Amino acid sequence: MITLNINGQAVQVEATDDTPLLWVLRGEVGLTGTKFGCGMALCGACTVHIDGQATRSCIMPISALAGKQITTIEGLQGPVADAVRAAWTEIDVVQCGYCQSGQLMSACALLQNNPQPNDADIDGAMSGNICRCGTYPRIRQAIHKAAEIKRG
Amino acid sequence: MKRRHFLLGGVGAIGALLVGWSALPPKQRLQATEPLENMPYRPALNGWVRIGSNNTVTITMAHVEMGQGTHTGLAMMLADELDADWAQVRLIQAPPGDKIYNNLSLLPDGLPFHPDDMGMLHRGANWMTTKASRLLPGLMLTGGSSSIKDQWQPLREAGASARLMLLAAAAKQWKVPVTECSTANSKVTHAASGRSASYGELAVSASKQALPKSVTLKTPDAFKLIGQPLKRIEAASKLNGTAQFGIDIRAPGMLYASVTMCPVLGGRFKSMDASKAQAMPGVKKVFTTEAAAGAPPAVVVIATQPWQALQALKAVQIEWDEGENANFSSAAFIDSLAQSLDQDDGYNYYEQGNVSQALSKATKRIKAEYRVPYLAHATMEPMNCTVRFKEGEAMVWAPTQIPGMVPRLVADVLGIDSDKVQLHITLLGGGFGRRLEPDFFVQAAQIAKEANGVPVQTFWTREQDMQHDKYRPACVARLEAGFDDKGQLSAWQARSAGQSVTHQIVERLFGSSGMGPDKTTAEGAYDTAYAFPSSRISHQIVPGPVPVGYWRSVGWSHQGFITESFMDEVAAELKQDPLALRLALLAEHPEHVELLKRLAELSGWGQPITPGADGVARARGVALVRSFGSIVGQVAEVSVAADKRIRVHKVTCVLNCGTAINPNLVRQQVESGIIFGLSAALYGEIKIEKGRVLQNNFYDYLPIRMNESPEIVVEIMPSQAPPEGMGEPGTPPIAPAVANAVFTLTGQRLRSLPLKLA
Ligand code: FES
Ligand code: FES
Repeated sequence: MITLNINGQAVQVEATDDTPLLWVLRGEVGLTGTKFGCGMALCGACTVHIDGQATRSCIMPISALAGKQITTIEGLQGPVADAVRAAWTEIDVVQCGYCQSGQLMSACALLQNNPQPNDADIDGAMSGNICRCGTYPRIRQAIHKAAEIKRG
Repeated sequence: MKRRHFLLGGVGAIGALLVGWSALPPKQRLQATEPLENMPYRPALNGWVRIGSNNTVTITMAHVEMGQGTHTGLAMMLADELDADWAQVRLIQAPPGDKIYNNLSLLPDGLPFHPDDMGMLHRGANWMTTKASRLLPGLMLTGGSSSIKDQWQPLREAGASARLMLLAAAAKQWKVPVTECSTANSKVTHAASGRSASYGELAVSASKQALPKSVTLKTPDAFKLIGQPLKRIEAASKLNGTAQFGIDIRAPGMLYASVTMCPVLGGRFKSMDASKAQAMPGVKKVFTTEAAAGAPPAVVVIATQPWQALQALKAVQIEWDEGENANFSSAAFIDSLAQSLDQDDGYNYYEQGNVSQALSKATKRIKAEYRVPYLAHATMEPMNCTVRFKEGEAMVWAPTQIPGMVPRLVADVLGIDSDKVQLHITLLGGGFGRRLEPDFFVQAAQIAKEANGVPVQTFWTREQDMQHDKYRPACVARLEAGFDDKGQLSAWQARSAGQSVTHQIVERLFGSSGMGPDKTTAEGAYDTAYAFPSSRISHQIVPGPVPVGYWRSVGWSHQGFITESFMDEVAAELKQDPLALRLALLAEHPEHVELLKRLAELSGWGQPITPGADGVARARGVALVRSFGSIVGQVAEVSVAADKRIRVHKVTCVLNCGTAINPNLVRQQVESGIIFGLSAALYGEIKIEKGRVLQNNFYDYLPIRMNESPEIVVEIMPSQAPPEGMGEPGTPPIAPAVANAVFTLTGQRLRSLPLKLA
């Protein structure tokens, strides 16, 4: 039994230590907003925040997470998240939406660390998140927009 | 059965004839044939719309949402005629059984006619195929960029009809002439007396009004929603984790199944040692399934948790009987396609003038051979499906493009009647044609059969998804152009060879192979608007063991590349500007001409091009492809780095899709289509050696990422023509536009995909 802190709540899980966080979230815990895309840290669909840092949950064993704050798309909140969701809505970014939980988690982590990212910063922070629907141009626009909203 | 195969096999007219006249139902697509579920607080006004006492307007979706935005566009068409308050619009997915939800556009679009030939035979065949589509079971399908055009008429009629019923109900209640009442924003108003009532208040009495005998649809100037860049209706659910894809289904007590399918094409299961796996935590059962509906034989582990199933499967020792394709190589097969063109032309899709004569008289001839590889769809959400089979009844939760086919195919596996199969359609995490296949849900039914009534979610890993796709067919094409003694283009000949998707998919769906010509092999080659003095376009179907499927834009995905690249070769030979050559050949098509001229303007065609910040030279390339009824022109701005990497900086796109129901979502689809096509143009290639697909995951099958994503500018030409397809037409022009720019930059003509400089 490991106790994880997920979205501000202590959750006891039965999975073995080596189980990647992704499968614990999607299985036992029942938080399906975090997606499976590749299982090899290649696509970013499974991105969550661990102590505020964007992390690929598909390769993160739960044994490494005791005492850490895990945030998933379901628990993503605060001024940066609000600005990002507002920008995503205004630019109408999403298509199939499957990659978007991961995109939002990566974008929020970027804006937390860097409130005014330029295009190169966006390339750096977002290139680990694949979108087969090709929402990249709108994601780029939306990140700039979110920065603007946040700035007020 | 034969009849249906023939129909789907491409010669629809005759198939429709066999269906017979007397059996054809009346023309209306308003009332469901089966009684609709009685919902007292949400009465139905027809088969497409319910109005709730709380004012919600619930619109029935006969098509599935996979990112293409069709749900929003469909709802807008009905809501506009209904004068509904857009904020109150809700959606429900149609049940797959009722034929009013059949797709009537898909089969006619598959007829092998030239789109500009609207002669008797084409019109007659269209009409008959449409009629037949009303009658055939299982035609609730989403594909072929057909949703909006399929529903353009019935959804507007349903909205208009419901509006008349609401008006009639209000007039009756107020005892005033219906002509004095008007509607707006989900309200009926009687201006003279100052009375008004919400649709919600009128819903029950409106639902008891007779179905209007006829309706008059709005003229475009009266549209309130159609033509507006509204936001995607389901977007909010995709921003907070609540959107439910197939893989997110969590039924009570559900178990998870992971599969390893036979890695060799057409191979069989031989033996396994599952003793270690069986002892692992959470494991419930280890067993095998047989090949069915395109799903290869598989070893399956069912476990309590998904990770347990994945781990235990790795511990199973499996031996496969590799079968007759153990030495199959895609490279050798592609070589054999070229050889087959030495022997035979195959089916002639289009011929005008006398090509042979023009070629023999030509003072100059140019020839080129083009090759394109197999491609995987790689939808972001891997294949999955959840099935519960309990007490002779099945519940299926599936992210599928072919809901109409699910009940029969699942029932066959389970040995029950298809009316014992219930289907819940989820959102699809991408489709691109992959989810037109039945393999994954048939396999999930096979697996659920072993689970003693417990629901099981079968989910594929990325590797399984990549290696057991139905691939875009590889193709080899030989083109030849002739020039007369005045130096003018006098002949255009295109011959190509590859596998037929339609023949295969008919077999996977119905059990015996399709036959006849397959229009999807040659679209993009024979159906262009170019007026060649003489031309002949043929395609030869060469059967092969690789499973092939419909891949976003289908035949156009490669024939568009081939035609539009060779067009540039002809322009180079003529020493003519490639855009000007196209304009000259399209002189009789004003829509194409206007579009190309606008594209030239918007992209700065012919203007000097400033190098990027890196100082590397850039060039433009142009391509134009009409697919699914929409005309799309693109100009790509490209540079080639010192390491020969091709980089696309900007794509300018001008399109004509008839009425753009929602310009915002049309733009989205074009951006999407361009990036999808660019991934394939720069990187996409599935290779098979020793009968095994070599690619595994996103490290060896590369999609475009943010840092390589070009700036995209899209402009929509104004049009009041009926809407045409938009989910796919953004894809075909990008590969040739990039290749043509690379030629301008480097002088190298790249005749195979993915594009790689020597
Ligand atoms: S699933 Fe974790 S990065 Fe793809
Ligand atoms: S929105 Fe579909 S994969 Fe990104």
